[in-house]
Amino acid sequence: MLLKLSLSSLYARLVTVGMTVIAISFSLMLYMSVEKLRTSAYTSFTDTISQTDLIIGARASSVQLMLYSVFRIGNATNNITWESYLDVVNKEEVDWAVPISLGDSHKGFRVMGTNKDFFARYKYRGGQSINIDKGYLFEDLYDVVLGAGVAEKLGYDIDTPLIVAHGLQSFSEHDDQPFRVSGILEKTGTPVDNTVIVSLAAIEAIHVDWSTGAKIPGQETPIEEIRKMDLTPKNITAALIGVKSKLTIFNLQRWINEYPQEAMTAILPGAALQELWRVVGVVENLLLGISIVVIFTTLIGMTAIMFSSLSERRREMAIWRAMGASPRTVIGLLMLEAIFISVLSILLSIILLFFSLSFLQPWIDYNYGILVNVEMLSLRDMYVFMTFIFASILVSLLPAIRAYWFSINDGMTIKI
Amino acid sequence: MDENIIKIDSVRFYWSKKSSFKIFVPNFEINKGEKVLLLGESGSGKTTLLSLICGFLNPLSGSISINGSTINKLSSKTKDEHRADNIGIIFQQFNLLPYANVIDNIVLPLYFSKVRSANVTNQRESALNLCKQLRLPNDIDQYKASSLSVGQQQRVAVARALIGNPSLVIADEPTSSLDTDAQQIFLDLMFEQISNNKSTLLMVSHDKSLAERFDRLIDINEVLTRED
Repeated sequence: MLLKLSLSSLYARLVTVGMTVIAISFSLMLYMSVEKLRTSAYTSFTDTISQTDLIIGARASSVQLMLYSVFRIGNATNNITWESYLDVVNKEEVDWAVPISLGDSHKGFRVMGTNKDFFARYKYRGGQSINIDKGYLFEDLYDVVLGAGVAEKLGYDIDTPLIVAHGLQSFSEHDDQPFRVSGILEKTGTPVDNTVIVSLAAIEAIHVDWSTGAKIPGQETPIEEIRKMDLTPKNITAALIGVKSKLTIFNLQRWINEYPQEAMTAILPGAALQELWRVVGVVENLLLGISIVVIFTTLIGMTAIMFSSLSERRREMAIWRAMGASPRTVIGLLMLEAIFISVLSILLSIILLFFSLSFLQPWIDYNYGILVNVEMLSLRDMYVFMTFIFASILVSLLPAIRAYWFSINDGMTIKI
Repeated sequence: MDENIIKIDSVRFYWSKKSSFKIFVPNFEINKGEKVLLLGESGSGKTTLLSLICGFLNPLSGSISINGSTINKLSSKTKDEHRADNIGIIFQQFNLLPYANVIDNIVLPLYFSKVRSANVTNQRESALNLCKQLRLPNDIDQYKASSLSVGQQQRVAVARALIGNPSLVIADEPTSSLDTDAQQIFLDLMFEQISNNKSTLLMVSHDKSLAERFDRLIDINEVLTRED
């Protein structure tokens, strides 16, 4: 009976209550989408590279090594020699290894030298592989494979010729040895999208006539001659390592870090990504802060609406009291209303969220490389909802106490 | 058995010490089955007296006894129950919950009173029966309270005050929002039903012309004194 009357009372104020519910559900939706983006950004970020057990490079901090080897941000302090790399590869714990050579660029995009194993071994988002969208992986010495972002932004297609520039912001180009696009990769949402990938031999080839960062004057080896040369690299920048047994990771890491012939660092990608996220994660905290403010604002809004409806309903409460309802019942009615409004808002916000996310998910993934997880509400969301309901009960106490005060003092007088 | 349904003894009440509005009721009694008209201008303390009788307000001293129990000694919970059990209340206007339908409005007191709901076997049927006797339209159960005319609303309020046979009906100027013809019809119907129910009626008005229907006419100034 009370529930029925409470519901019909809400129904009678359909417009006000409806607008309140819509307002609350929009802010809850905002909170949840921020929350979803936040966690998805974290997952996408920490899933930039997966199933690689160690990354090795010249002695550097783990974040720095991570930044240049995976994110292609900044520069390597030093290279490691091919011999050291082979020493590591020949360790019995090592299952596979992919060498990476960085340092050159093309129109602002990093050029990475590696071998074909890279495409098989580099995994992201919990084991997803890089797929080729068009063409094929490099066959010829001067073939390049483009990340999806490079091809899109530069408008390149298969067979487009390109020149690699020496260094990152240099005007000296390896224009004597033009490349040709052989393949374009599918979009991955990782830094691979913005990378120009060539073979290690190609990196070696374009530096035949170069010494310590400058072209040797007058020397110009013809391409035919270069093709005949042994193009095994002398140095590489970093390498991705997979081990046979996870149990050996730490031993191998220590062995590499203590390698006597050369100063090398081996890092665990997962740990380094976590560490890196703590740096970029400031934005995450900001988002979280905004979300909380949004929820808070919503609660204040709800209280304000309840207060304003209170003067409207003072008369109604006098009737309840006259019928024998205790002040407690009157308070209960108001709280019931608050609970009903918040539950309804939560339901609506969930519907809104899933509706909008399923529309926006492909777009966000394509443009920002963040895969928003739409499927399930997390346990955390449930906690948030419970907290919200509890908080709405708490804030509805304020108008309810006022109603109590009214109902005690009004007595027989019915205020109009 | 106590013949007084209302018995007030030396009751003193004021909102606060500084308030200029202080009242004292030395002695006020109404017998069971009596129909009493309490006459007084607005501001004379009528509403305060009714609030004391209904147990909305607590006297500072003295005792108020309704149907045999001294209500100013009851806990606020039992006092609310006592009110639900014993008193049917009719306000000047805006008696009904506008969003609820007529039947729900009428049976509302039964929800709060075990005693009164025990007197009613079929709530809906008794509500409809009361409506019929109060000459409300046959299809009254189709209406929302807010869609009724003021006269109809007041009659629905009578039905609500009488359902489950409470021993006391208190009406605070129930006719003030009606025109003269409607007043007469309303009073005829109300009196008929109250007589059927053998309830006691305490009605407050400032209109002396209504006096002939009542057993007793009391001037508020004889009941209470203002202590300014």
